[in-house]
Amino acid sequence: MADVTFTVDGKKLTAPAGTLLIDACKSAGIEIPAFCYYPGLSLQAACRMCVVRLEKVPKLQTACTTPVAEGMVVQTETPEIVQARKATLQLLLGNHPLDCPVCDAGGECELQDMTFKYGAAESFYAEPKNHREEQKWSPVVYFDRPRCILCYRCVRMCGEGMDVFALGIQNRGSSSVIAPNVPADLTPDHLAHVDCEQCGMCIDACPVGALTSGTYRYKTRPWEMNHVATTCTHCGDGCKTTLGVRSTSDGSEIVRGDNRDKSGINGDFLCNKGRYAFDFANNDDRITQPLVRQSNGEFKPVSWEEAFDYVGKRLRELRDTRGGKSIGVIGGNRLTNEEAYLLQKFARTVVGTNNIDHHRTADYVSFAQALAGQTNRTASLRDTLTAPAILLVGGDPTNQAPGTAWNIRTNVRNNRARLYVVNSAEIKLRRQAKAFVRLAPFGYGALAGYLAGDNAAGSSAVTDVNALSTFRDTVKAEENLLILIGSELRGAELKKLIEFGLSIPGAKFALLADYANSRGAADMGLLPDMLPGYTPVSSSNTFAEYNAPAEAGLDMLEIFDAAGRGELSALYVVGSNPVARYSVDPAALKDTFVVVQEMFLTETAALADVILPAANLYEKSGSVTNSYGDLQQVKKAGDRAGVRTDFEMIVRIADKMGADMRKLVPFGKGLRADMGQSRGAQSGEADRHAIWLTANNLEPKLSPFDPYAILDEIQRLVPGYNVLRLQLLSGNDQHLQPAASGLVQIGNRRDLVLPANDTLFTSGTLGRYSAMLNDVQQYQANQPLIQIQAAD
Amino acid sequence: MSEVANTIFSPELAARFDHLVTIYPMRRSALVPMLLYAQDEVGYVSDAVVTEIAQRIGLLELDVRNVLSYYSMLRTKPAGKYNVQVCTNISCMLRGGYEILDHCKAKLGIGHKEVTKDGVFSLEEVECIGACCWAPAMQVNYDFHDNLTTIKVDEIIETYRAGQGKDVK
Ligand code: SF4
Ligand code: SF4
Ligand code: SF4
Ligand code: FES
Ligand code: FES
Repeated sequence: MADVTFTVDGKKLTAPAGTLLIDACKSAGIEIPAFCYYPGLSLQAACRMCVVRLEKVPKLQTACTTPVAEGMVVQTETPEIVQARKATLQLLLGNHPLDCPVCDAGGECELQDMTFKYGAAESFYAEPKNHREEQKWSPVVYFDRPRCILCYRCVRMCGEGMDVFALGIQNRGSSSVIAPNVPADLTPDHLAHVDCEQCGMCIDACPVGALTSGTYRYKTRPWEMNHVATTCTHCGDGCKTTLGVRSTSDGSEIVRGDNRDKSGINGDFLCNKGRYAFDFANNDDRITQPLVRQSNGEFKPVSWEEAFDYVGKRLRELRDTRGGKSIGVIGGNRLTNEEAYLLQKFARTVVGTNNIDHHRTADYVSFAQALAGQTNRTASLRDTLTAPAILLVGGDPTNQAPGTAWNIRTNVRNNRARLYVVNSAEIKLRRQAKAFVRLAPFGYGALAGYLAGDNAAGSSAVTDVNALSTFRDTVKAEENLLILIGSELRGAELKKLIEFGLSIPGAKFALLADYANSRGAADMGLLPDMLPGYTPVSSSNTFAEYNAPAEAGLDMLEIFDAAGRGELSALYVVGSNPVARYSVDPAALKDTFVVVQEMFLTETAALADVILPAANLYEKSGSVTNSYGDLQQVKKAGDRAGVRTDFEMIVRIADKMGADMRKLVPFGKGLRADMGQSRGAQSGEADRHAIWLTANNLEPKLSPFDPYAILDEIQRLVPGYNVLRLQLLSGNDQHLQPAASGLVQIGNRRDLVLPANDTLFTSGTLGRYSAMLNDVQQYQANQPLIQIQAAD
Repeated sequence: MSEVANTIFSPELAARFDHLVTIYPMRRSALVPMLLYAQDEVGYVSDAVVTEIAQRIGLLELDVRNVLSYYSMLRTKPAGKYNVQVCTNISCMLRGGYEILDHCKAKLGIGHKEVTKDGVFSLEEVECIGACCWAPAMQVNYDFHDNLTTIKVDEIIETYRAGQGKDVK
């Protein structure tokens, strides 16, 4: 809209017509206090804190509902206004418990701040306060009625933001109260409850301490924590989160997950897991000493030195006697990019094998190949918030990628984005969709074919082909369409869908995977047939100098088949639980030397000869890449005595195997090697790495345990990972576009995609060790009235 | 035939509801009248009433409860056979409304929103019932009684106790 010019406190301002005065002022650095206003949610005008004086208007007006207009003259902080705000505060405080010294929000409370600012501490109201006991609405949502200032933020957040509508407002006047959707008189325990997605967004939005979080309440005060901004370890959305940590006798404990600055790709959002499921890190069952299996079959705690010695010696022996190709390596979806890259480099150059894989939850190889040679065709998570039109094929973001679902809902609500949903199930996002096509079970292949022009395929995709035809025409008529693809589409079918999408001008794509760094694991080449950046093993001679095998190795299933045949001498598992995930028969591994880096005694760790206690993603530094290809920093927040990062452990094992450290991790000064890609005809023995560092204003890293040392190499060698270092270090996300070179297409490759099928309250193996997730699951199962009416 | 199978309402009321939801630009506008009619028939707004009305309009039960709790003339517990509503708003107050209320309390032995043991009477203090010109006034079920004195109240209550009076709330 056209700009208008208006005056606020004597300053001339300009903003697009229709902008709310409160927002226009904020952009100009003039803060107008507000309790009920929440950007992005509907207007409420319930609190009257934002009152301002508009020239020629008889009464004070609410800035949160007034659009700016040409020539408007506004005063925002006159004695009259101060008095009005003070009176509002006195009214609010009339029935407020004033228990700031013990209130959970003390120190982070908007009412406290405003009272401090306007000096409304004395009250004229002598009426007795209307006290109610606090209520536990669910394991994670508690409500303290007396502190509520009836701003309705929670009600709107849950209804509009979450599309759950679990909160309402009941009664009238001074007895008004926020009420959850399961009333007390209907429950066996005669207490009110919420039947909802347990996201905690209502708590986040609450300006005071009326809504509090089950995992955090009364544990500490905000100023006693350190706040570390990092990336969520759960799903493939990679929300930015801030962890509140505090010291304990054996490290540093995470006490809160929060979204403090709202500057991340997730905007305002965190889901249940991001907000609460950090507690696995504090679980008492964590392994904190290296364990080596003895001849009697029992694990014995040993020193780190002993453990590394033993592992290094055995792996070296087995490599030298039975060959690198007899060894398998499995990496995890929650390792950092640096660890994933290092692990595959270790496998390929130190162990000498391409038998390396990870639990794949989406077919990124086909995705990269389908987009080979294209530019600006991959979407960032940020695009889900702004795209004018979105096509969602497969997947169920509400459950599997809640951040994506939040962004889509917000985009539909605030920008009227057009959402098209195709799914074989009635997923919840269809409620925001302009058109929803219900596919036949396993109809995705037929759908991709139909969209790409094969009309005969229509009848295998849906029952009503006419409707599908209209749908195809509508979607085709879109421009700048964002196409989000679930893991149901793989291989040739995925390529067909992308081929269809490429015919739409400006269309962008994203393929949704399940874990924090599933995308990174694939990008970094935790694959038997692909080097980092989707370079096929067979087309590259970059390993020649390491005598690495030039042909593709065994994939996940083949590794265990080989073990079953007695052909696998050793298996090195880093942050993964394949035994449970692929139902591996424990007997298959009886003749294999198994080393597992883990936090807990998982099904896989239980079969190990050596368990090395590992740090998790909240206890290390580095970077991760979300499903969309957005690279973000992870920062060490928690700490636990007795564990080490996977990065350090890989380096130490390589060292004990006699590898040249300087070749594995380019640290220190002087000559080092990469995978050879930089050794062009001109370079000879020149140290390209040092030249590159200098050219990029980077210092040589002095420790082989510094993940940024390997990030230098990733940045230099992995196609698409042209990371902006300052963006990364300042905690900003950046969109990367790795795509296959397009030279070699691999036909008939097994995609081996096995979706994690996580829901709102599960998170792979990790989730089993979160007390909160277990509580919530139990709560959902035991409350007879809970139907998550919300989630369908 | 009602739109809702197994309706808890009489066929006449069910038919009325079927019609009611169609006459407003938005279905949910039918909510308050439906609650009132349902209360007249069932005696109060029970959980079953909430459930069926939510279903009929296509609202969440929570939405129905939000509205229901706002209006004091909607009740979620059974009232007595005769629900005595005494006005104490300004005109009535000036003309002795509180005395009438106190008198009723003493006479019936119950307080605000309570029901006598035998279930015959219940008592409520209410806001203006629109009979200010003849204050003080009270309403028993849907019948108005005005220009009240304590003697007149006694007579009215006795008439009802004798079973003469409409049992339509
Ligand atoms: S879904 Fe539950 S936790 Fe989330 S905003 Fe609604 S009531 Fe709060
Ligand atoms: S609980 Fe918090 S967010 Fe909800 S209305 Fe009360 S003060 Fe506002
Ligand atoms: S949506 Fe995913 S990344 Fe975001 S907080 Fe939830 S689990 Fe974490
Ligand atoms: S912020 Fe404007 S009325 Fe509450
Ligand atoms: S004040 Fe009692 S009827 Fe109006």
